[in-house]
Amino acid sequence: MLDSVTSWASECSTCVVDFATSQLGVSVILAAVVFGAMQGVVSYSIYFERKIAAWMQDRRGPNRTGPLGLFQPIADGLKFVFKEDILPNHVDKVLFVLAPTLAFIVAFIGFAAIPWGGQLQIGDRLLNIQVANPDIGLLYLLGVGSMSVYGVVLGGWASNNKYSFYGGIRATAQMISYEIPMGFCILVIVLTMGTLRLENITLAQTGYWANGLIPQWNVFLHPLAFLILFITVLAETNRTPFDLAEAEQELVGGFHTEYGALKFGMFFLGEYAHMITSSAFIAVLFLGGWHLPFVPWAQPEATQWYAVLFKMGVLGAKICGFLFVMIWLRWTLLRFRFDQLMRMAWLGLIPMTLALFLLTVGLLYFDKHRSPVWALGGNAVILFVSLAYVAMSSKPITGRQTNMPVISEREFGGSQAEVSA
Amino acid sequence: MPQDSSLEPYAAIGVLIALVVVTAIGMLLVAHLIGPKRHGPVKDSPYESGMPIIAGTDRRLHIRFYVVALLFLLFDVEVIFLWPWATAFYASAVHGMTIPLEGGGIAGKDFLLVGMGFFVSLLLFGLVYEWKKGAFRWD
Repeated sequence: MLDSVTSWASECSTCVVDFATSQLGVSVILAAVVFGAMQGVVSYSIYFERKIAAWMQDRRGPNRTGPLGLFQPIADGLKFVFKEDILPNHVDKVLFVLAPTLAFIVAFIGFAAIPWGGQLQIGDRLLNIQVANPDIGLLYLLGVGSMSVYGVVLGGWASNNKYSFYGGIRATAQMISYEIPMGFCILVIVLTMGTLRLENITLAQTGYWANGLIPQWNVFLHPLAFLILFITVLAETNRTPFDLAEAEQELVGGFHTEYGALKFGMFFLGEYAHMITSSAFIAVLFLGGWHLPFVPWAQPEATQWYAVLFKMGVLGAKICGFLFVMIWLRWTLLRFRFDQLMRMAWLGLIPMTLALFLLTVGLLYFDKHRSPVWALGGNAVILFVSLAYVAMSSKPITGRQTNMPVISEREFGGSQAEVSA
Repeated sequence: MPQDSSLEPYAAIGVLIALVVVTAIGMLLVAHLIGPKRHGPVKDSPYESGMPIIAGTDRRLHIRFYVVALLFLLFDVEVIFLWPWATAFYASAVHGMTIPLEGGGIAGKDFLLVGMGFFVSLLLFGLVYEWKKGAFRWD
């Protein structure tokens, strides 16, 4: 009896070990670990946002809950749970509950295609440190990213409140407009790399130019595409200067005006998770993912467990860098006006990214797609022509609204001269 | 590096989606069960900064939002069409891949370039047309 139990237990433990060292097992463990870690990171990125804001504005920031205010995210989370979960009478109840759920789900499934740490060797097997390595990884990320608009538009619609409604409509118009330049920027990378598999895109960036001095990161080929992709990510995640969806001075909370308790918390978690996934995405596409030049542990050949952990740390550091820039921009820049926002997308970024796309097609046709001189030159020409166009055009791209009269002609108060007379 | 295009990688994505969905529903349930529930006529009315409600959601909306939605459908679908083209063009430009055509003949990178050129010039023409028509005038 005892024998059979022990033999069953040992068999079971071997099968558990077998599963844990198979690709599916590693993927499932990684999915759970990254999902859990991301919730922690998201909570603490809110804490760091408040701390950085305080630092920039010469304040102290949260410092009452625990040492240095470090327990603030836990207190906030508990408060979200214990607050009254209001389901107002005037809302569309199904969609009202569905919207934050969808925002949360979509934000947290995006990271599945991100290659976190190259390959891990266990015995004679090489396992991908990636939840999934589909051949259309980029398309998966773009698709999941596009779905984040549903949470916002459904939340705004279901709330049946004019602030929520306008916030939702604005956010939708903004997100779908900035998705087009984003698609073109990613196309530039597809044309340079020839694959949609994110692990292969990282691997293709691990070489060197100039006798091993400059890593072959895509940012050194297409810096303009990198910049535009970052701008579109700011717009997609509704961050300042693109946070018109929740412009407090005009729309109260925007699409989440009617939300409270954990439903609001889910929108919040979703927004920050979306920021993290997008940062990881830009880091993989343009900054070599987990690759760090000249460091032996961050090369594709290093497959030991400590090298994998180091690579995850490298990618994490790049993500933190992007998050810091996003927070920095939020406390530095002003919000766009809506007409400026739309004009920038349709008349600024879309023509520019279309030109970048055509440039990359030309480079690929003449087999110069990995030549930094040609790519950088093309980027510089596009940037110069765009800036020259803005400088030469009579109306600046962030100009006044043209249908409004000149201030002195306004009906109230008459002209300045009349008032003073 | 597995290069197969099987459905195997999606099993892990399925597990992740299940995990996230269960967490989301759990969060909703926990908040629903723990939080207090005290309804009232004021609490149930739409938020209006503590004042009586001035106007509902039945106000008119700017027609430009509709135009943007239409343009988005047009452009985003065209961008998505360019994705498979991009991988095919890369394969034919770098690896010399060719595609046999139905009516005889072989399509190489020149064929793909001309085809895409026609497609993108339509896109570009549409953009310029909309621009001149004033579809992007938001003021």
